[in-house]
Formats: sequence, C-alpha cells, structure tokens
Amino acid sequence: MSSDAATPAATSAPVPRQKSTGLHKGDIRPGVEKVDPIVIADGVTRTFGGLTAVDVDHLEIPRNAITALIGPNGAGKTTLFNLLTGFDKPDKGSWTFEGRSLSGIPAFKVSQRGQVRTFQLTKSLGLLTVLENMKLGAKHQRGESFWAGLFPFLWRKQEEEFEAKALELLARFKLDTKKDDFAASLSGGQRKLLEMARALMSDPTLVMLDEPMAGVNPALTQSLLEHILDLKDQGMTVLFVEHDMHMVRHIADWVVVMAEGKVVAEGPPDSVMKDPAVIDAYLGAHQDVDLGVVTGRIAGEVPSEAAEALAADIEQEQAADAAAFENRKAGE
Amino acid sequence: MDWLTIFGNTASSLISPATLGYALAAIGLAVHFGFAGLLNMGIAAYMAIGAYGYAISILTFGLPWWAGVLIAMACSVLFSLVLGIPTLRLRGDYLAIVTIAAAEIVRLLFLSTTFDEYTGSADGLSGYHASFRESNPLPEGTYGFGPWEYTANGWWVRIVGILLVALALLIVWAIMRSPWGRVLRGIREDEDAVRSLGKNVFSYKMQALILGGVFGSLGGIVYALPSSVNPGVYVTSLTFFVWTALLLGGAATIFGPVLGAVLYWVVQTLLSNILPALVTAGILPFMSTSQAQTLRFILVGVALMLLVIFRPQGILGNKKELTFVK
Repeated sequence: MSSDAATPAATSAPVPRQKSTGLHKGDIRPGVEKVDPIVIADGVTRTFGGLTAVDVDHLEIPRNAITALIGPNGAGKTTLFNLLTGFDKPDKGSWTFEGRSLSGIPAFKVSQRGQVRTFQLTKSLGLLTVLENMKLGAKHQRGESFWAGLFPFLWRKQEEEFEAKALELLARFKLDTKKDDFAASLSGGQRKLLEMARALMSDPTLVMLDEPMAGVNPALTQSLLEHILDLKDQGMTVLFVEHDMHMVRHIADWVVVMAEGKVVAEGPPDSVMKDPAVIDAYLGAHQDVDLGVVTGRIAGEVPSEAAEALAADIEQEQAADAAAFENRKAGE
Repeated sequence: MDWLTIFGNTASSLISPATLGYALAAIGLAVHFGFAGLLNMGIAAYMAIGAYGYAISILTFGLPWWAGVLIAMACSVLFSLVLGIPTLRLRGDYLAIVTIAAAEIVRLLFLSTTFDEYTGSADGLSGYHASFRESNPLPEGTYGFGPWEYTANGWWVRIVGILLVALALLIVWAIMRSPWGRVLRGIREDEDAVRSLGKNVFSYKMQALILGGVFGSLGGIVYALPSSVNPGVYVTSLTFFVWTALLLGGAATIFGPVLGAVLYWVVQTLLSNILPALVTAGILPFMSTSQAQTLRFILVGVALMLLVIFRPQGILGNKKELTFVK
C-alpha cells in the first residue's frame, strides 16, 4: 500500500508520561498481590498432550495500569491470553475479572463484560469495509437481533451514534480516509490499528493486546505506543504481550515474565529487567544454560557474572534510548 | 429442426416451477454460504424436507395446503437445529462433509420402505393437489401468450412461486443491510474476531442455518407443487445443481441466486432440446439421442469449472471483492 497511516507522529508529539507505581503489596516476587487487581488467576494450567503450556499458580493484573507480558517463544503467553479470554479452556484453575469468576465463560460473554482482546495474527474482517469493521465492535446493538434487524426504524438512530463514534475513533487512529475501503486493502500495520480501534468501540475496561507491534514499522510503533498510553489515561487497563523490549520499557508500568508456562518474575520494568532470572529466561545472557534451570525444573547453577554483564548492557542501552528520545523531542 | 419448439420450451423455462424452486433454494444457500460462510452441501435435504413435509401433511393428515407449507417450514427449522447443534462448531470443510452425509441420510430415510405408508418409499408421493388448486383464485381456462401459455393451475403455481421468491429476496435484502447481516458477514470473514467483539457466533450461525433452510424447504415445495414428490430428485447432484446456480449468479449477492437459477434452467432446457435435435439432424453423428441428453450435464460441469476459475464472484458479484479473495 502506498500510504501507511504512519506519518511520523508529528501531530501527537510523544510526551513522557508518569508511570503508575505502588501497584503491589509486600515484596516483589512472582505472584505478588496487587493493591487493586482487575484480574486474579489461581492455579491455571493448560496442557497439550505431554506439554504443559501454562501453569500459573497465582497472578494478579493491576487495574488502570499497563502490564506487559513477556517471555521467550513457547512460554505460554498467548495460551494464557486465550485462557483468560475464554478462547481456550484450562485443565484446571479459576480466574476472576473485576471480582466475578470468568472460569468456563464463553469468549463472547467475556468480551461483553468488558475484557476485549486483539490477536497476534491480526484478524481484520477483509471483505467488510473499515467502517463496518468498526461498527461491528459496538456492544448492545438493537439491530443485531434478527427480527429487529428487518425493521431499520428500530436501529437506525443507534446506528448513527455508532457511526459517529466509529468515525471519531478512526480519526484518532488516522484511518478515517480509509473508512469505505475493504479492510483487506489495508497494510499490515493499518490492520493492527484497525483491530485496536475496533476493540475500543465496545468501551472495554480491560484491553488485551497480543503483540500489537509485531511487523509494524518504527514510526507507526511510535503512534501505536501513544494510543496505548492514551487508553490508560482514559481509565482502561491494558495487558499486552510483546517482544520489543524498548516498547515494554517505555510504556509498561508492570512487567510479568513467563517461561515454560510459569510466571518466573514480575515487577516494574526497570527492576524486572535486571532480574537474573529474566535475563536468563528471556533476554538471553548465556544460551548455554538450560531454560529449565531458570524455572527451577532442572537443578543447575545460573552463572551470575554473565547476568550482571547483561544488566550493565541493558542499562547502557536504556541511557542511549533516553538520549535518542530527548534528541527527537528537541528536533520537533 | 423445430426451432420454434426449442426456443418456446427454453423461454417457458424462465418461470417454470423448477426454476422458481431452484431460485428459492439458491437464495437459502446464499444465506448459508454467501453471507454466513457456511459450506452447506446438504441443500437437497432441505428441499426434500420441504416437499415431503408439504405432501405428507396433506396426504396423511388431511391438512389444507397452507398448513402443509407451515409444517414443512417448521420441519426445516427442526432439521437445522438437529444438524446445527453438533456441527456448527466445526470448521468450514468439515461442515461440508457432515452436511453432505446428513442429506444422504434424509434421502435414504424417505426412500426406505419402513415408512412406506407415509413416504411412498421409491414411488414417492402424488395426488396432493386438490387443496392447493381449490384455493386458486383464477377462473378455469388458459392464459398467457406465446411460450408462456399455461392453465389456471399452471399460473397459480407460478404466481405462488414468484411471490415466495420475491418475499425471500425482500427478507434477505432487508436483513443483510442490518447490523444482523453485518455480524453474519463478519463471521464469514473470521469468526474468532467476531467472537472477541462479544457476539454469540454459534447463535448467529444457527439463525443463518435456519433462515437459509426455510428458503430451501420452500424451494422444495415449489419444485414439487405442480407434479409429485419423487425421491430420485433429492440426490446429491441436486445440491450441486443449486450450487452451480448460486455460483453462476454470485454467492454474496441478493439477486445473484435468482439470476443464476434462471440462467441455469434456460441453458439446461436449451441444451436438452437442441442436442437431441442436432443428433437427429445428423450434425452430431457420433452419439445417440440419449447420449446427447447426458452431454448437457458434462457441459454444465465444464461451465461450473470455468466459472469458478475465471469468475468466482459470479455474474453479479463485486469485482472489487475478488481482488482480496485468499
């Protein structure tokens, strides 16, 4: 496609925002209690044959904060996402959303309760126009029942409201000029934007984004980041899976690290990335140590000097990041 | 060669009950496949249920014809529920396999001698016309002009058929531009995405199966209305003929199924008249007249292949959509 909506975020210059802090109670450790959790999961396990994809003892997601879920490929992040949203059923375990149990609730009801997700492989509805995609996201549509659908006067007014709201969101995501095009004609990055915008049509309380930045160019990443930060400003809670550590460090208030299906570490981004377990399991200080050692499945030693070296690297990189960020701001 | 008869028959097929029956069934299939993405390969079963439901209501239970229509529709709804509850969770191609098997089960049940008393097994059912013809508002006589000259009863069947087709078109047109239709088209594209937006995908698929099934059963009734119910009709090839009509016109269009059904029958009638005539006239000396009758089905198959390869969106389909077909 010729025009990626990703004109460098000139209009919305990134403003560094205050991170949410003080989200947890007591010492930081995997499964730490949160001051105000929106999702609480207990003993959730999911096995595929002999493989335990997810085995989470206890996990709480803080409300009105941006939580990143990171971990190596095959760590069970997406499976956990699928379990929490009802797209998959766990072998055992329970979890609540806003204090109400979500175990065994089908995916569409989970979404109706305000927990809306996107997908790692973007699911735009190709042969619907961008505007139709958006309007589909709205909840409580009168015209979505068969008999009412036959009589436009019952739903036309509501439809106009949804259309106005959809256009407003599309303008925010810079897709308004594409509203009458088929979603299939959008570029990959634009589809990511559309999927996120569509999820927002339902006014969710918890937005779950599965790799929102995968395959998105850097300029568009910048505007997507802004959109995610905006969600928090509007009072939503965000949980996202991501491999881009710059992004995680930049926007996440809290980071949960998974490896081999377990939560191996969590905490604020700066401290969690210095955690040797994280460096071993994910960031990759030394590839010669078995992942099982890190998760405690196999007995073994984690050499500490390598971990420290990597931590120093990260710090350096972080400083360079911040400098680049300042430069860009100065340039605008 | 008698060109007048050939073209007369061809023109007459424009509004024949068979054409109208196919049109209704194809509209039902358009709801299933074109809009909801359900690969239903068992439309013949819906037509059979329509025809048998109508005929048995009248012959066995002595009900008036309109009650027969309502019962046939109710039976198709029941069949949709029985078929849909276990199968609608399956992905597209598996649904096709299950529906084709279900259609065969339905046909063999009607064919079986076990229920001979009600279904007439291999003989089928006939002689259920009295109630329908009594309600005919047209006075006795022959009406029309040229190739479209029919008796009062012949016209009555066609009028009912045309009204049903018009009603079906109206309903499909109205519902597909509503938010309900939008959800359905969304499910066709990606049901997990629609699920993630809080829509009960299973319920919508079931509603679509029921709606299309009701049209399919009405198609079966109109097809059987002027003559008889013959179990040899509801074979798997009937399903494929209706599919041909649908794909010819355009699966995801409102008028496509009707245009497709009309074209299908016009071409079929033309070929079935012209090919034997060509043989008799010695132009196709290498085959017999009965072989010529079979040749038309070969030609239909070739046409279907060419259609799917070169114009998969059908005659009325949107070219723009095709750009993005995966």
